[in-house]
Amino acid sequence: MSELKTIDARNTFCPGPLMELITYMKQASVGDTLELLSTDEGSAGDVPEWINKVGHDLISNEKIDGVWHVKVRKAK
Amino acid sequence: MTGHIFTNFGGSVLAQKICIICVSGVREKLQVAAMIASVAAASGDEVTVFFSMNALQYFVKGQDREAPPEGNFGVLIEKHSGVPPFKQLFAFAADIGDAKLLPCSMALDLMGIKGTDLDPEFGPPTGLTSFLSDISGSQLFTF
Repeated sequence: MSELKTIDARNTFCPGPLMELITYMKQASVGDTLELLSTDEGSAGDVPEWINKVGHDLISNEKIDGVWHVKVRKAK
Repeated sequence: MTGHIFTNFGGSVLAQKICIICVSGVREKLQVAAMIASVAAASGDEVTVFFSMNALQYFVKGQDREAPPEGNFGVLIEKHSGVPPFKQLFAFAADIGDAKLLPCSMALDLMGIKGTDLDPEFGPPTGLTSFLSDISGSQLFTF
């Protein structure tokens, strides 16, 4: 059964949001969806780049009220 | 080592060998070196970081010396609590991405300490001959 886990990395700077995501990604099961919250503009581009590079599934990446919401599914 | 990374992060035939040499003791340079090490290691690259000269002093167990800023940007880093400290990023690179953190054996000798006096993420004291063999074919970054 997949789960949605929200990771609050607001107010941290690069590479803080990515480090937070990776830490939780390591603990997650294949098929789980994680949502990363970030206020770091650089990470909004860099985190999806990492997701694609290592082969997970980027579900969405949108900015809502100044906060980036990056949803990713653990693929392997 | 590399197989472990492939298992966790999916790996890629594009994985690179990256070597970072840290000799400066200023905050900005250590910060960038740690950022590159952590992101590269977490992306499946094979990362080796060699610490010598002024860079090594911050990794002695039990010491709490702060790296001085080189300029205004180092002051900015200090002021923002949301910037991950370089020591934390190097430890992350080693723990999550199997980065090798290698202390220069000559620097240890001059400091009068042993490899076991360093933080636990550190690998064995390394001389230049084995270091140069290790990094053959790597992309090299120096700080």
